[in-house]
Amino acid sequence: MTLAVLHWLTDPWSEALTRRALAEVVLLGIAGGALGCWLIFFNLAYSAESLAHALLPGLVVAALLGLPLLLGGAAGLAVAAVAVALAGRIPGLDRDTATAVVVTTLFGLGALLALEPDVPARLQALLFGDVLGVSDTDLALALGLVVVVAGALWVGHGRLLVVGFDRLNAPALGVGTLAVDVALLGLLAAALLVAVQGLGNLLVVAVLIAPAAAARLITRRMVPMIVASAAIATVAGVGGMYVSFHARTAAGASIAGALVVVYLLVAGVTGAAEPARRRRADRPRPVPYARPG
Amino acid sequence: MRDPGDLSTPPGPPERPGPAELLLIEDLDCGYGGRPVLTGVGMSLRAGDRVAVLGPNGGGKTTLFRTLLGELDPVAGRLDLRARCAVVPQTERSRLDFPVSATDVALMGAVSRLAWWRRPSRSDRTLARAALAQVGLAAHADTTFGDLSGGQRQRVLVARALVQDAPIVLLDEPFTGLDAVSAEQLEQLLEALADEGRALLIATHDVDQARRWGTVLCLNGRQIAMGGTDVLTREVLEATYGGEIVDIDCAVHGHHPAVLPPHHHEH
Repeated sequence: MTLAVLHWLTDPWSEALTRRALAEVVLLGIAGGALGCWLIFFNLAYSAESLAHALLPGLVVAALLGLPLLLGGAAGLAVAAVAVALAGRIPGLDRDTATAVVVTTLFGLGALLALEPDVPARLQALLFGDVLGVSDTDLALALGLVVVVAGALWVGHGRLLVVGFDRLNAPALGVGTLAVDVALLGLLAAALLVAVQGLGNLLVVAVLIAPAAAARLITRRMVPMIVASAAIATVAGVGGMYVSFHARTAAGASIAGALVVVYLLVAGVTGAAEPARRRRADRPRPVPYARPG
Repeated sequence: MRDPGDLSTPPGPPERPGPAELLLIEDLDCGYGGRPVLTGVGMSLRAGDRVAVLGPNGGGKTTLFRTLLGELDPVAGRLDLRARCAVVPQTERSRLDFPVSATDVALMGAVSRLAWWRRPSRSDRTLARAALAQVGLAAHADTTFGDLSGGQRQRVLVARALVQDAPIVLLDEPFTGLDAVSAEQLEQLLEALADEGRALLIATHDVDQARRWGTVLCLNGRQIAMGGTDVLTREVLEATYGGEIVDIDCAVHGHHPAVLPPHHHEH
């Protein structure tokens, strides 16, 4: 029995392919979990999802031309950013609507391109990720992402706190909101570009939002929240890999599923404990991330 | 630079013989680029002054504050700011869901002194705790900001301004939403800050409070009056609030004028 459990646990790591996938999931979990905490406090969850979807045409074109996906994704992000900025200037169209229109258009365009008969059958990998197909370059990029995200969040912690807590008075406290916003969006773009290959266009947002939303429920300070979020993302990611290996489900979907399950478990447990802390009922509860793609 | 060894109290403005003039304004117009929304402001501010800024919502109090903070350029006139300003915003507008302690919030006042790659040091943390002690919240230094009462949160924001170490402190309706006990505590704190040589500009709607502080600045799109409490005549109050004053006889406070605004503006 013990041996069977041991085998269940160790079998997935007997191949180099799955070991690499494991390393990728851990690295993306750390970077995505940590960054996600700031994204939810800066109300950037919707932006994260929009950017992830909007870069699909870039990925497809890159796949068509045989260029690195990173390059295509970056070009896709740039086009999406300009399109969102332009659409936001259309009179009578609010920013959310403009973003939704642009993102849907770009995503549809990407799908249209990918469903052309001449295209190699890679749409599935682009949409749902191919964590078992990560190269050494991908791993190096993921490691680089962890270093950059951790370094930036460490150095920028005080300023992120000021803007997140008191955006209106941040200038009076000596903090430029534009610089902080641009830095955070830059980190988001980098995380999306690096993570989209492993986790896929549709699922990458799960690693950014679900762990942070769960960590928010069980922590009372920013640094513990970031640590908890990274830990949740890592554990759920590895758990998803196990499910994928033993149940033969798609890796990206299993990881995203595990992330959401962990969030629901945490929300359920903290929700059940809530009556004991009723006097804090005025604290706003985070809304589970549920926006249709 | 301050001596990093001396951390017993947050440093106040430097001692000088006689109150130093910290701010001089002459014929100042303020606005957001278009037509000025506040005109003809003229005043000076000395260390130890407590000035009540009276006026209706939209009367120009916030615009004046943002101009003093350097977020808006003066449209016209002279603004001679000889000391730094810190702002204490209304706690009713602060985020209660943010995972920060009272110390974390007070520490935000240290960021402006740091280069962008520097993190707050241990001595900054000590400074933040000393500032919390000065506002009477030493016991709540580790309490989550959102779990504090309104009055306590307002004092945490005052502590943040103390950590900024600014000789001029602008307070935006700090008494809004406070119960009587909290308001009394804040009142004593503001008196202590003035006594240690800071100049305070306090936006308020409470005319009686303004009378206690001694100096008033009445704004309603323009400067209506500036000076000692004797400027608070019925005409000035009517012009400030754009309404009529009715006399209320109250068993506790006696004969008592009150302003009836003609209608309520929200800006």
